[in-house]
Amino acid sequence: MPAKGWIEVNEVYCKGCELCVSECPQHVLALDMGRLTPKGYHPVMLIGDGCTGCGICAIMCPEAALTVYRETPQKVSVAA
Amino acid sequence: MDTTLSAQIVYQRPQSLTEATMHYCPGCTHGIAHRLIAEVMDEMGIRERSIGVAPVGCSVFAYNYFDCDFVEAAHGRAPAMATGIKRLLPDRIVFTYQGDGDLASIGMGEIVHAAGRGENISVFFINNAIYGMTSGQMAPTTLPGQKTTSSPRGRDVETMGYPLRMAELLANLDGAGYVVRRSLHDPKNIRMAKKAIRLAFETQLRGLGFSMVELLSTCSTNWGLSPLESLKWLEEHMIPYYPIGDFKVADALKEIKL
Ligand SMILES: Cc1ncc(C[n+]2csc(CCOP(=O)(O)OP(=O)(O)O)c2C)c(N)n1
Ligand code: SF4
Ligand code: SF4
Ligand code: SF4
Ligand SMILES: [Mg+2]
Repeated sequence: MPAKGWIEVNEVYCKGCELCVSECPQHVLALDMGRLTPKGYHPVMLIGDGCTGCGICAIMCPEAALTVYRETPQKVSVAA
Repeated sequence: MDTTLSAQIVYQRPQSLTEATMHYCPGCTHGIAHRLIAEVMDEMGIRERSIGVAPVGCSVFAYNYFDCDFVEAAHGRAPAMATGIKRLLPDRIVFTYQGDGDLASIGMGEIVHAAGRGENISVFFINNAIYGMTSGQMAPTTLPGQKTTSSPRGRDVETMGYPLRMAELLANLDGAGYVVRRSLHDPKNIRMAKKAIRLAFETQLRGLGFSMVELLSTCSTNWGLSPLESLKWLEEHMIPYYPIGDFKVADALKEIKL
């Protein structure tokens, strides 16, 4: 099962440049044409399932606008 | 045993950047360069003792974006200012951040002599083949045939000369400890650029002399392209003239594994 991840876009910083969109290996990023950031850009958003939390979008982002998360399985002992 | 899922942060904004929004045009790779330097400062834990020197050019406000001490130099004079700071405060990490107009035209004297003297400073050199801030005039790094506002029919090398390869030029000087060229046009090259920034700071920490990372960068606004087209243009036109490579690596650096 591929790792499940997600991103958060800080819309104060995002300028809708699409550098992250074109490099996302899962093709799950697109600009949200229905919204504007405080600076007046269309922010990027996740458009579907499949984000693996690989972080490539964040490597491309010139504004450091992205936080990337990944769900990792952890073994825990269950108290009876 | 049971398995639960816990959220792990893979990436977050580096602490060495302030909260300020940057004034750069959308997609401008100046922002990527800033981010990488800040990430390396975080990873090395050197933010509290770093001093940056900002240039004149689009990155003139760099001091607002890095959360460390910063001074602003007169156009092209950042290496001279960094020299003074580093000599007075040798325990600090001192770096300049300069564009190609700043470093390779008006500041040519300062950069060559700082490298020649082997000043123990780190230079981050943003080569976008143009004067970005002043609306796209020809720079010493503008490519043959490249159209700019001051070479509207394209740079004619017969009358305007050939572009300067600064990394190759400075690497020839004995004072240089680490001089390389990297690019900011795709994830692989950005990762390589980050390692080079780390090595430039490591050079300074070890007292191995002058270090410079030339970073091939875009200027979509003055190139007249979209941000994505600019990355492609950089790859197709700049890299053939400005090859990615290591032009000087002091022996003591070769054992560092990153
Ligand atoms: C003494 C002086 N001469 C000229 C200028 C005009 N000027 C401002 S920025 C600049 C060049 C900027 O180009 P570059 O260093 O390549 O930076 P970029 O904006 O491309 O990042 C020039 C010529 C100035 N500000 N001061
Ligand atoms: S973390 Fe990877 S998969 Fe998820 S949006 Fe970013 S680039 Fe795409
Ligand atoms: S790279 Fe950054 S600024 Fe550009 S669209 Fe993506 S999140 Fe926004
Ligand atoms: S003018 Fe060019 S170098 Fe300056 S911020 Fe805009 S894209 Fe970047
Ligand atoms: Mg420039």
